[in-house]
Amino acid sequence: MSILLIAEHHQGELSEGTAHAVTAARAMGGDIHVLVAGENMDAVAQAAACLKGVQQVRVADHAVYGHALAEPMADLVVKLAADYEHIVALATTGGKNFMPRVAALLDVDQISDIMEVHAADEFSRPIYAGNAIARVKVSTPKKVITVRGTGFDATGEQSACDIATVDYVSDLALSEFVGEELAQSDRPELTAARVVISGGRGMGNGENFKLLEGIADKLNAAIGASRAAVDAGFVPNDMQVGQTGKVVAPDLYIAVGISGQIQHLAGMKDSKVIVAINKDDEAPIFQVADYGLVGDLFELVPELDKAL
Amino acid sequence: MKVLVAVKRVIDYNVKVRVKPDESDVDLANVKMAMNPFCEIAVEEAVRLKEQGVASEIVVVSIGPAKAEEQIRQALALGADRGLLVTTEDDQSLTSLQVAKTLQAVMAEEKPDLVILGKQAIDSDNNQTGQMLAALTGLPQGTFASRVTVEDGKVAVTREIDGGLQTIRLSLPAVVTTDLRLNEPRFAKLPDIMKAKRKPMDKKSLADLGISMDSGVTIVKVTPPAERKGGGKVASVEELVDKLKNEAKVI
Repeated sequence: MSILLIAEHHQGELSEGTAHAVTAARAMGGDIHVLVAGENMDAVAQAAACLKGVQQVRVADHAVYGHALAEPMADLVVKLAADYEHIVALATTGGKNFMPRVAALLDVDQISDIMEVHAADEFSRPIYAGNAIARVKVSTPKKVITVRGTGFDATGEQSACDIATVDYVSDLALSEFVGEELAQSDRPELTAARVVISGGRGMGNGENFKLLEGIADKLNAAIGASRAAVDAGFVPNDMQVGQTGKVVAPDLYIAVGISGQIQHLAGMKDSKVIVAINKDDEAPIFQVADYGLVGDLFELVPELDKAL
Repeated sequence: MKVLVAVKRVIDYNVKVRVKPDESDVDLANVKMAMNPFCEIAVEEAVRLKEQGVASEIVVVSIGPAKAEEQIRQALALGADRGLLVTTEDDQSLTSLQVAKTLQAVMAEEKPDLVILGKQAIDSDNNQTGQMLAALTGLPQGTFASRVTVEDGKVAVTREIDGGLQTIRLSLPAVVTTDLRLNEPRFAKLPDIMKAKRKPMDKKSLADLGISMDSGVTIVKVTPPAERKGGGKVASVEELVDKLKNEAKVI
């Protein structure tokens, strides 16, 4: 029995989340092979080979996989699937895009966004925006699974395992890459940061998000946002924390001017410590916050910045 | 061109769900139901394509209990042309793969040029059906769309990805799933709601379409998440910093 884990990478670097997914795969038991697909993948493959518990890295290095389009990615994974019982990827926008396609091609249902592994065939996953947890048992011969990275710790390091080449080049001409606009940031990645500070509609405008930067710099935090702040156009959508954005579980989550709707809580309520700064003393965010501070964020945030 | 839109009847997004005491599922008895928010966006996008003269006919399909007719009528009131309800037994819930297979059978009859679905249902949170439908029909997919432009027999889709936005171009027919920022759905006006009652609606059962109900996935139990209790309020920034340093030890 073995596991094929599809690595995630971004701008030529292995994503932090992959180390978390390896931990989930280790809990399933069996040999773990990591598939690295993309263009110019040497560094990514090397990094994946050093993740503790990985037995082999398989590299499909070709322009056709360069932008991780769903059709060639799924085609590639299905091509390799015969040797594996579990096929695992992160529940990021990348994994969510191609994995259900893999599952359907293998004629099985996918188990999405697992947060706990009970056995090789039994998993827990959140449903209803995290307001219920479903424990499911899978009896299909192939198990296609996406992993919530924040539900598992990162695996450690090892001396590099064997790296093998996959020669298969998918030739589906169904879709083509046109372009991308990537948000530039020097801060830690939102889903991997130890501290996250997020702003909501209460921030008033995008300019005011600068108020959060001082605190983010001091705590080496990532800056997030609620859906209300994104919808209002204050900040780009890739900063959104919530059911429909990113799920984070940092040591410290600071919610500034965020009321705490169900959809937002689904993305951050597994944080270790939650701090809420809000002028509305009745805001639902205070029901989950470990430390609540009631008052005007435009006074309290600069004060907090100074106090750190 | 013909656009097929799939809509799902789900619990209203404002309702806080409760898990049944026997841990078999969440309790949906007497709970307010509504169209899944991502599906509303899909309907709106199809209607806009029709208003732009790109789409000529919008067929809206739902797979669910008899009451899902309400959600189809809502889509008809918003501008869809006709409806198709594939009925399930009461209390029968389908997996994403079963829904995708059902939609595949519907597509075989309807032969749409574009299929638009929501990116995920807010009940199962699976985010699978659109991708699976594309796979089963061998079509390209544009998931998490925040912009859709049809031109020269192709569809350009701007997608919301973790690092920002990505634009891809798909040959038609294609399957597109909607993200929240694709559009802002309109409200149905009373005269449109009245008109929608006279729009055609077909009904079929899963058996008519020959869909198998074996899934290989069983729910062992459904439980509430670990409860999180607020820890109360602090009076000042100094107290907050002190507690974060000395009590919570996170900074």
